Amino acid sequence: MDTKFTRYDPNLKLGRITIKNNFDLVLGLDLAGGSHLVFEADTKSLASADKKEAILSLKEVMEKRVNLFGVSEPNVQTSSFEGKDRIIVELPGVKDTKQAVDLIGKVAQLVFVETGNEGDTGLKPTDLTGADLKKASVSYDTSTGKPVVSLEFTEEGGKKFADITERNVGKTLAIFLDSEPISAPVVREKITGGKAQISGDFTVEAVKNLVVQLNAGALPVPVKLVEERTIGATLGGESIEKSITAGLIGLTMVLIFMVLTYGRFGIIADFALIIFGVLTFAIYKLIPVVLTLPGIAGFLLSVGMSVDSNILIFERFKEEKLRRGFANALEVSFGRAWDSIRDANVATLVTAFVLANPLDLNFLHTSGPVRGFAITLALGILISLFTGIVVTRNLLRVFVKEKKE
Amino acid sequence: MNWMIYRKIYFLLSGVVIGIGLFSLVKWGLKFGIDFRGGTIAEYRFDKNISTNDLSKKIGEQNIEVISIQPTGGNQYLFKLAPLNSDEREKLNQTIRDFIGSQKIDELRHETVGPTIGPELVKKTLFAILIAAGSILLWVAYQFRSIKFGASAILAMFHDSLVLIGLYSLLGQFFGAEVDFLFVTALLTTLSFSVHDTIVVYDRIRESQGKFGGTLSELADKAVTETMVRSLNNSFTIIFMLVALAILGGETVRWFAVALLIGTISGTYSSPFVAVPLLVTWEDVVGKIRLKRR
Repeated sequence: MDTKFTRYDPNLKLGRITIKNNFDLVLGLDLAGGSHLVFEADTKSLASADKKEAILSLKEVMEKRVNLFGVSEPNVQTSSFEGKDRIIVELPGVKDTKQAVDLIGKVAQLVFVETGNEGDTGLKPTDLTGADLKKASVSYDTSTGKPVVSLEFTEEGGKKFADITERNVGKTLAIFLDSEPISAPVVREKITGGKAQISGDFTVEAVKNLVVQLNAGALPVPVKLVEERTIGATLGGESIEKSITAGLIGLTMVLIFMVLTYGRFGIIADFALIIFGVLTFAIYKLIPVVLTLPGIAGFLLSVGMSVDSNILIFERFKEEKLRRGFANALEVSFGRAWDSIRDANVATLVTAFVLANPLDLNFLHTSGPVRGFAITLALGILISLFTGIVVTRNLLRVFVKEKKE
Repeated sequence: MNWMIYRKIYFLLSGVVIGIGLFSLVKWGLKFGIDFRGGTIAEYRFDKNISTNDLSKKIGEQNIEVISIQPTGGNQYLFKLAPLNSDEREKLNQTIRDFIGSQKIDELRHETVGPTIGPELVKKTLFAILIAAGSILLWVAYQFRSIKFGASAILAMFHDSLVLIGLYSLLGQFFGAEVDFLFVTALLTTLSFSVHDTIVVYDRIRESQGKFGGTLSELADKAVTETMVRSLNNSFTIIFMLVALAILGGETVRWFAVALLIGTISGTYSSPFVAVPLLVTWEDVVGKIRLKRR
């Protein structure tokens, strides 16, 4: 069977303008699987004025490396707290974290070193470094078949290389990576044209990594991995299944409870609750909200809370009905209950705001599960204010009439 | 109903629950997870059951400190270890591979938190709690234009936090519940829920005050009666969702849901039975002082 299923292209094209319409739920690393890595930059040796620039370029280089590594939708961000500078790297779908960590976290400073005459042990680093590279690529040695790194220098780098090779004909020119010798070829003749090869005892993987690192550039400061969280896709899938089961069962119980307690009013509240759910998901997709496991918990909690405004109104209505006519009581209940609903929800919104930290304040949580929870909770409350008041109110006005005595 | 004449009983009940919690806190403390303590958690799935004792010994021989290996069902095992660097991690995987032989290994997750991260999180968390609690206090005080209301609501909020932290310490001691990121989130949510619920009752007191007048104690009785059904019904809906999450939501969110559950129940209880009685007691005490001065 060679049938291919194609999905209808949801993007709107108006002449040259394309409105992206890829409304899929964005899943966080804990649900989709992937790696969350936190590197700490060693900026002790830098003056504080240079620090900011170093961190910025550090982030840039790491971002480039991640992109060259071929991860889809990576996320690289910086965070700083009490003088400690960190780079947070999120790699969806990456399984081999060891390779990723090696690739991203290595400084990869390439230096060409003159070794002088034979017997002369003095090493002399040249001014030719990885920064003089135009491009690095993977190729294979024609005689041995081993993978090698092909280097192409910039114009200036090519000139430097020509000078160095001229000076060192017959001598060894060592290549150091992060102070470790990786190759020590003997120069046979002056090399012009700005091209060179590094051959060594490399695996294909190692060459690929090195090429990525050289193309992205060396890290301006060394980094250390201080935190890693890797979730396999299987576990993520199981978490989604469990959350959906828990959510559906909880929701069903709430729906039944409302009908049992409030009768036909309960049915209206249930309608409003379902509209709440649909709206919430639509907004998750629109923004888009990165959905994590704590995020789902936040959503489920907001389902429980969203019914509150309805309950407040219905309870109020029971009282008001004793004092005035049916339609009047309904309107009055909405007005009275609204004060309570607004005042009460502000408290929850304030807390959610502090937890979500939308201003990226350094002294609060800038990433992680706390944020995911707070965002869905806050959205849930905002949407529930709308559905609880506007939707329920109009549904009640239309569908619920006073029973004839 | 005359809710307020039983004030002492409510305070006693709260005192007992908080007392038990404090006892547990002092005696056993809280069990901190790797978010705060630093460490490594790794979860693996094998083809069949393994002997955790033997494997633990084997890993220990590699100079890797094993804190525990727990089966989590379905041939899955949760390893808790001292924080590993990437070499040690490689060693761990090799040891496990050697131990189980030809079986398939599935590394479900791996989390390592360096020891420097924890203290920072504690600080960030404290900032978050202070800012949230401070803003809520300001909001309540502004809404009711009264220190009496604001302070009573905040005291009820601390009541709920103490209940949650204390009982969680018990759960940690007897069921292994750990304090992590999510617990902090649950704590903060409890703070806001507690105030949320209290405001609804206070709103009623304020409304009746303007309309009917009367002593605060009478108004409080009336407000508690009027909001009781709403308060219970609202909590039921939240409790339904949380119980479902706790039972079916999986390992990662179980204790989070339980913590929220404790917070919700305590938050519901504390509005009519702590915040309002505190308000009435406050008024009583102030009244008596005034009387003496005359």
